[in-house]
Amino acid sequence: MPAESMTTSERSYLQEGGRFKGVFSWIFTTDHKRIGILYLASIFTFFSIGVIIGLLMRLNLIEPGRFISERTYNSLFTVHGVIQIFLFIIPGIPASFGNFFLPIHLGARDVAFPRLNIFSWWLYISGGALVILSIFLPGGAPDTGWTFYAPYSIRTTSNVSLAASGIFIVGFSSILTGLNFVTTIHRLRAPGMTWFRMPLFIWSLYATAWTQILATPVLAITLLLLILERSFGIGFFEPLKGGDPIMFEHLFWMYSHPAVYIMILPAMGVVSEIFPVFSRKNIFGYKAVAFSSLGIAFFGYLVWGHHMFTSGMSDISRVIFSLITFLVAVPSGVKVFNWIATMYKGSVRVDSPLLFCLAFIFLFSIAGLTGLIIGTLSLNLYLHGTYFIVGHFHYTMFGGAGFGFFAGLHYWFPKMFGRMFNERAAKIAWLIMFIGFNILYFSMFLLGLQGMPRRYFQYLPQFRMNHILSTVGSWILAAGLLIMFGNLIRALFRGEKAPANPWGGSTLEWTLPSPPGRENFRETPVVRGGPYTFE
Amino acid sequence: MFIPEASNSARYVDAAFLVIVGISVALLAGVTSVMLFLIFRYKRRRGTKAEQVEGGTALEIIWTVIPVVLVLVMFVIGERSFRLIRSAPREIMTIRVDARQWSWMFGYDNGRQSDQLRVPLGKPVKLRLSSRDVLHSFYVPAFRIKEDCVPGMETYLWFTPQQQGSFDIFCTEYCGLGHSGMLAKVVVMPEKEFDEWYAGAGAKGNRGLQLLLEKGCLGCHTTDGTLKVGPTFKGIYGRTVTVVTSGKERTITVDGDYLKRSVLDPGADIVKGFPPVMPKIPVTPEELDAIEDYLEHLR
Ligand code: HEM
Ligand SMILES: [Cu+2]
Ligand SMILES: [Cu+2]
Repeated sequence: MPAESMTTSERSYLQEGGRFKGVFSWIFTTDHKRIGILYLASIFTFFSIGVIIGLLMRLNLIEPGRFISERTYNSLFTVHGVIQIFLFIIPGIPASFGNFFLPIHLGARDVAFPRLNIFSWWLYISGGALVILSIFLPGGAPDTGWTFYAPYSIRTTSNVSLAASGIFIVGFSSILTGLNFVTTIHRLRAPGMTWFRMPLFIWSLYATAWTQILATPVLAITLLLLILERSFGIGFFEPLKGGDPIMFEHLFWMYSHPAVYIMILPAMGVVSEIFPVFSRKNIFGYKAVAFSSLGIAFFGYLVWGHHMFTSGMSDISRVIFSLITFLVAVPSGVKVFNWIATMYKGSVRVDSPLLFCLAFIFLFSIAGLTGLIIGTLSLNLYLHGTYFIVGHFHYTMFGGAGFGFFAGLHYWFPKMFGRMFNERAAKIAWLIMFIGFNILYFSMFLLGLQGMPRRYFQYLPQFRMNHILSTVGSWILAAGLLIMFGNLIRALFRGEKAPANPWGGSTLEWTLPSPPGRENFRETPVVRGGPYTFE
Repeated sequence: MFIPEASNSARYVDAAFLVIVGISVALLAGVTSVMLFLIFRYKRRRGTKAEQVEGGTALEIIWTVIPVVLVLVMFVIGERSFRLIRSAPREIMTIRVDARQWSWMFGYDNGRQSDQLRVPLGKPVKLRLSSRDVLHSFYVPAFRIKEDCVPGMETYLWFTPQQQGSFDIFCTEYCGLGHSGMLAKVVVMPEKEFDEWYAGAGAKGNRGLQLLLEKGCLGCHTTDGTLKVGPTFKGIYGRTVTVVTSGKERTITVDGDYLKRSVLDPGADIVKGFPPVMPKIPVTPEELDAIEDYLEHLR
């Protein structure tokens, strides 16, 4: 047990703040682990705000107008969407767990550009602050939906420009993090860490990082054009001035579809780590899982038009986008099959991280299959712009990426904080969340099939039942979230000390003490085999 | 299924839906049950050890090729039905759909205008969609059709109504404050009844009401006392209201002058509790008189 004995002799990264003291030892740190924790805390904060707004929307929808006005509702779904997408789920796993574990997984001491790394967090937090500011400044919170479709986004007097500037800045944080990761993976792998010995989490971050670098500039340009148009009336998108609103949609989705893969790929990476450890078995089809990440990232660029099947775009382009959309579903399916096959002949222990992965597979399968439904051209004419879409993307981003995030949170919590959480409470929270989630969002599929449009403050009587059901689900889910976070926050202060390797993992982070020391490895490790070797 | 199948396209869409949902449910059930089976079968027990299996090329190929075939089947089903839904027959009646914040207006070839889409049963109809301001989307769930209304561009939809009755029209592209109130109805009538209505003497109707409709006033105001984005017109004349004039509150009684000023300069007096969103809508003095006259008598 060499790892165990190190704990006593070495100060952990939590104690070793570097040049500064207190808060400053965090916000001026260049330690990738501390930066990971900074992101984790900020992401948790934004997520909580987003969830509270979500609950308020659901509250309105049991009795429209009773608690919340029309104008407020329109801002609520806009701000909810902006926060959950740009401040929670896109930075989500890469910025928190990625920052913390990418160098360790590679056997490195830090990322390639540590200062750029903390600068990225500053950008992120300033952008986030602008978004929050846009809610409170006079002019009113943005009310366009998170998609900012023109020309409404040009004409509204609400604080759209401010929120867009915030997202613009957050976008740069994302690009820089991507750059940092790609460089680190290329340059800082420990001796013997060949490409095919890298943990699959790293493969997924690698594919994600390229998407962040290549796609995010498109968003930046789109938002810049929008801000210029709002400020100077230039006329890129405003038809009264010869602009084209459909061009805005193309530009917006050219980023925002690949962004869906920025959200989901890292979660897939987390799941690929957890299945082998809890089955005590090598991953089934390592190369298939690794290459499918790259495949998804690449084909993900070519399908943005499936958000525009009813936009007035030409029929032939609709057909082509539909075809590619169907094909991009296949690599995700391949991953699911490989994860499941990993358990075959394994020795499976169902602890909380694995439970979250199982929920991930189930919810993400529903997301993917409903994705096929709305990718079908004729069905899209029926379901686009309805609650079916709202159900679908919550299954993808929350059921998929969100539950993947929670899986990683439970898996790595002992390593990051050196404490164990209460496993029983974690399982109870999981069950409540799983049930609440499905009630909340499955009823949205039913609403969509009934024809209920999204972004509606009020609705006709035939939709009432399912709306009430959905709201009740939101309360159950919220209760589960409270238990989960309560359990983890309690563990931060009261949890038992975590051993170096509580789950019996075989990647490099588990050779370090919990929590790891400032420099990660005393001596650069030499890698002699694949990432998932169990005796 | 969940809602009436009231047009030709509804049949195609629902048939495609059944096939694709069928495949999807089978896949989901398969994945979930294999997953659960493996968890129980290979549960960690004392004395048992995992057997290392690295993967299998044959399996990888199988579970890549089968999904590819399945999704291609789905694609073809969707594409076929899409073609049918999009190709309008030559002989067809066309109706203009004019969307604006936050109302629909339907214009017929003989100049007739209506806030409800009236169509004859069993006759194909083509809609030419356009918008006067921002994006909207024309959606009739019972017909399973939808298309955006884009300012500066014309888009289209067509359908053959196959069930008599009245069906909801929704706007499904977010368009600002009153988006969720941007509703209307398709009324499918027997052909004879439709013809009578189409040619009918009521075609002109009340000039004031016709203007409220054409100018889009009824997108936000109602004539039956219900509340939309703005105050209702019902009983407006002589009503006592509190308005905010350049930041100050005052109480006034609605008269002809007030009504006219509200149309010509909507920002001047804002009725307390309502958002200041009314646009300046161009009207001629003669039109304004007709509107005022109509409102004065709307009890
Ligand atoms: C308890 C948690 C949540 C609840 C109760 C909730 C509820 C809702 C509801 C009711 C809407 C639809 C509003 C409408 O169309 O009128 C909505 C929209 C949305 N939600 Fe959530 N949500 C939750 C969590 C999340 C998470 C975790 C994400 C992303 C990771 C997310 C992303 C979005 C997005 C992108 C929209 C679309 C906003 C728009 O239409 O512009 N939500 N949510
Ligand atoms: Cu997409
Ligand atoms: Cu609308």
